[in-house]
Amino acid sequence: MKPVKILTTPRMERCIGCHSCSLACARLVHKRLSWDTAGIRIISSGGLSTGFEARSCLACDPAPCATACPTGAFKQRPGGGVRVKKSLCIRCEKCAAACPVDAIYLQPDGEPFVCIHCGQCVAFCPHDCLELAARPLETAPATQTGEAA
Amino acid sequence: MIRDHFRVLIVDLAAGKGSIVKIDGRDTDAGGSGLAARLFNEYGDVTRPWNDPAQPLIFAIGPLTGYFPLMSKTVCAFKSPYHDQYSESHAGGRSALSLRFADLDALVVTARAPRLSCLLVGARHIEIKDVHFLRNMPVDKAGKRLRRISSGSGHRSILRIGPAGEAGSAMACINVDTYRHFGRLGGGAVMGAKNLKAIVIQGDGIFGLPGGADYAKLFKTVYRQLTTTDMMDKYHNLGTPVNVAVLNKLQALPCRNLQRTSDANIDGITGERFADDTLLRNMACSGCPVGCIHVGFVREKFMAPNQYLYRQVSYDHEPIFATGSMLGMTNAFDVLGIIDSAEKMGLDVMSAGVALAWATEALEKGVISETHTKVPLQFGRAAGYRQAMVHLGLGVNDFYRRLARGTLKAAAHYGGADFACVLGQEMAGYATGEVFFAAQALGFRHSHLDTGGYSYDQKHADKNVDAAVDFLVHDEQERLILTAMVACLFARKVYTRELLGDCLNVVGYRTLAENLDSVGARIQHRRWRLRMDSGFDPAGVEIPKRFTEITNWKGPLDAKVLQTLVDGYAKKIISMAAPAGKSE
Repeated sequence: MKPVKILTTPRMERCIGCHSCSLACARLVHKRLSWDTAGIRIISSGGLSTGFEARSCLACDPAPCATACPTGAFKQRPGGGVRVKKSLCIRCEKCAAACPVDAIYLQPDGEPFVCIHCGQCVAFCPHDCLELAARPLETAPATQTGEAA
Repeated sequence: MIRDHFRVLIVDLAAGKGSIVKIDGRDTDAGGSGLAARLFNEYGDVTRPWNDPAQPLIFAIGPLTGYFPLMSKTVCAFKSPYHDQYSESHAGGRSALSLRFADLDALVVTARAPRLSCLLVGARHIEIKDVHFLRNMPVDKAGKRLRRISSGSGHRSILRIGPAGEAGSAMACINVDTYRHFGRLGGGAVMGAKNLKAIVIQGDGIFGLPGGADYAKLFKTVYRQLTTTDMMDKYHNLGTPVNVAVLNKLQALPCRNLQRTSDANIDGITGERFADDTLLRNMACSGCPVGCIHVGFVREKFMAPNQYLYRQVSYDHEPIFATGSMLGMTNAFDVLGIIDSAEKMGLDVMSAGVALAWATEALEKGVISETHTKVPLQFGRAAGYRQAMVHLGLGVNDFYRRLARGTLKAAAHYGGADFACVLGQEMAGYATGEVFFAAQALGFRHSHLDTGGYSYDQKHADKNVDAAVDFLVHDEQERLILTAMVACLFARKVYTRELLGDCLNVVGYRTLAENLDSVGARIQHRRWRLRMDSGFDPAGVEIPKRFTEITNWKGPLDAKVLQTLVDGYAKKIISMAAPAGKSE
């Protein structure tokens, strides 16, 4: 089986805080102008002098957000992460509560926004902080490699 | 978001309330500089003093803010404590996109808070918090506490002042997100006069996109131009400090209070030296992939045997010139140490450095004594300057309080006006010649960014005064279109008139795109009108003798040409400010 690609943020120490990734995701994926409605959000880690962190989906498998979702709006994506069907979402907000890394943004009306690992943000990072790549074998989930947990 | 009017939040600090108002003029005033002038006309009073509580403090963004890369600046407008005239100062950081995402085209702060306060605004909240416990707190420490009392890490902008602003210093800046500033002409004192320690703008709004696929396509084209061509390389690479060595070679770098225009030991403070030895990393304003903010460090041994602390300090050409070559410094870390002291006080580094350069020469010449300066000031000695920055920021005695009002004000009292390096305000870092000196002395912001006068000096060997004046008038107009959008002026070669028209069209500002040709002239007239109504007399501008004594690569400065330029440009400014139909 061909390994799926996931978005990773391996070089965040290079981040200059320009928000180009978040703005690209909001613009190209979610058709919005916003810092928040994006699958990747950049925050300063204790003030600008200490650098930046990316809040984005780590492609869990199993994904706690998918497990918590009562309607199937969030479904497990083979290889990690989730597939999202907004039409099924009832705005219960359980996905965001279940996410251990605060990767899901909830709009004020409860609509969730999460990374779908499409990689459209990658080209807009001027310092090559981001990467869309096949999950490395050593961190691949059990379902990918066939190994026991 | 895309609307035919401006959405403006007016905050009354005395009442503790805000109101959202609709202001007309989108298709004629555009935003930024144009909107700020319109708002000052509406809410300000040219006849009242700068610190009258009723005077507004205005922050305005433009129609393209957040929609395109490098549309990342905010215009701050106020009546300046430096000269009590209508003024602007510009800054980036996250301020512009925070205002955009707070769904505000402008924020206008009026009145005076009863206690030292912090104003917090966002798309869904307005709050004024008592922060009396931050009184006289340095900028860095206040920043840490403000982060804890506000939400929205990463998606907010924190504007704050230091002790200099609270003391009413005409050299007090408004610090923006630690590494950027509304630096010049005393915006920090305006906040201080309003009992306003800080403003936190949270960008928590969400908006639909205009223009569909065409918008995304144009964004990508602009983004590529900015990141894959060499148009922005200067700013991304060494940054503006690349100018230090270049100007020094041209004998056009102000050194030691402009006693010289080059320094044989410049290697210690060039952009290359800063990058090699002190540069920790680059940072960016939100919405700008260029990352021109260069952050260096200072490291201090505070205890034996090996206990050190470090702080991060941003640097650019102007702060390096003002606290480096002007003060005779030849070590990059010494320069960063002086900048750091000024930053903590919330002083504008350029103004404060140039003021201390004058104080040093005044001390050398016996115009003032160490009783005034409290510390020995000697070119090349950093320790005295670090302490003097604190004295200047706090205004510890009559001398420093006078100096904080402007070098020429101090010189009027003590003497030494001949060698005060003041061109409207303390000079910027270019001794390129007659055109730049005239441009800064008369320019609206007294900034090297008002016009490209320094560049004109370098490209033209002739002494055609009429051509130079025409250039200054035309170039200001072109730049005003950009500061109405509000673009970073570093992107001025990318954002041509044609591209700006395309950008406005694609997001839906079609009428404004059609009006673009008249926008610059209209704002130019309105700003100069406000400036003159608030007391500016272009015909009364005098250039201190020191500027006429320099020699650069072109030879000795031509004082006659300089005076003719000043007279000619002053006449044009008076003409531009005249009511329609009455210009010469």
